[in-house]
Amino acid sequence: MTNLALQGPTAPPTSNGEIIFEAPWQNRLFGIAETLCQQGYFSRDTFRVYLIQAIEDWEAKNLGQTDEDYAYFDLFQLALTGLLQDEALLEFDSLERRVLELSARPHGHDHDHDHDHDHDHDHDH
Amino acid sequence: MSDQPAPQSLRTEAIEALLVERKLLTPEDIDTVLTTFSEQVGPMNGATLVARAWTDEAFKTRLLEDATTIIQEYGFEGGQVDKLVVKACTESVHHVVVCTLCSCYPWAVLGLPPRWYKDPGYRSRIVREPRAVLQEMGLTLPETTAIKVWDSSAEIRYMVLPLRPPGLEALDETALTALITRDAMIGVAAIEQRA
Repeated sequence: MTNLALQGPTAPPTSNGEIIFEAPWQNRLFGIAETLCQQGYFSRDTFRVYLIQAIEDWEAKNLGQTDEDYAYFDLFQLALTGLLQDEALLEFDSLERRVLELSARPHGHDHDHDHDHDHDHDHDH
Repeated sequence: MSDQPAPQSLRTEAIEALLVERKLLTPEDIDTVLTTFSEQVGPMNGATLVARAWTDEAFKTRLLEDATTIIQEYGFEGGQVDKLVVKACTESVHHVVVCTLCSCYPWAVLGLPPRWYKDPGYRSRIVREPRAVLQEMGLTLPETTAIKVWDSSAEIRYMVLPLRPPGLEALDETALTALITRDAMIGVAAIEQRA
């Protein structure tokens, strides 16, 4: 059983006791953080400190909005990347470079079929 | 549609790729954690206990006497349950759970707490005016039904054994489990019969 900042002020959105993941990356990101915790790279308490800080920073910039308004997993990602940087597990520069590389992939890189990309993509395929 | 993934999605992919290259973890490690998590966290453990208690009187007696031992037998350990106490609703008494101090919650059986569970309004008002709060949450109890509020703590966590609705005799434990919700096991909802 895990306890990755899931209770108290850092609790993620839930429905009937289960975390609501609105996109696959949110589930994957959660899995990465939980795996690193379980393997001992950092403690859950340490991660919680980063997550609380990310939420507080968001609230300071968005005065008057409730905690229902923030995008929980965006802040979860900020917290994790900050912690990885501080623990010397992953540098921001390397991460940014990799993000650029991934975003430069040709459209349809993960498609299993070929088609002409010089056309509008507002269609189903 | 756009072929370009969300920036957060790309960033997550980049984080995973770099961590894998540095041999801090493998994609299979993450898969394993997520599978375990999806199977273990949620109200299913509590629902399993309730469905069995509804169909097995001897088990129900044991559950009400010593739920802590029962969840150890089931392997529902971890989380934050040191001592679990189960309170059975009857026609004359309804039970509801709160943590007035913070958000103590029987994780091992109910998964993650709902957001309203830590809401200061719920925590204070459910003690002072439980009938009104329950009504606002959609549960209207007969005036003849007394309401008992149980305050969870770090040492003792409570779970509610909801009333079994009539007319479910034909259902087996698995089918019953599907009817049992987290809110019913906190005591803020009744079990709804689904055809």
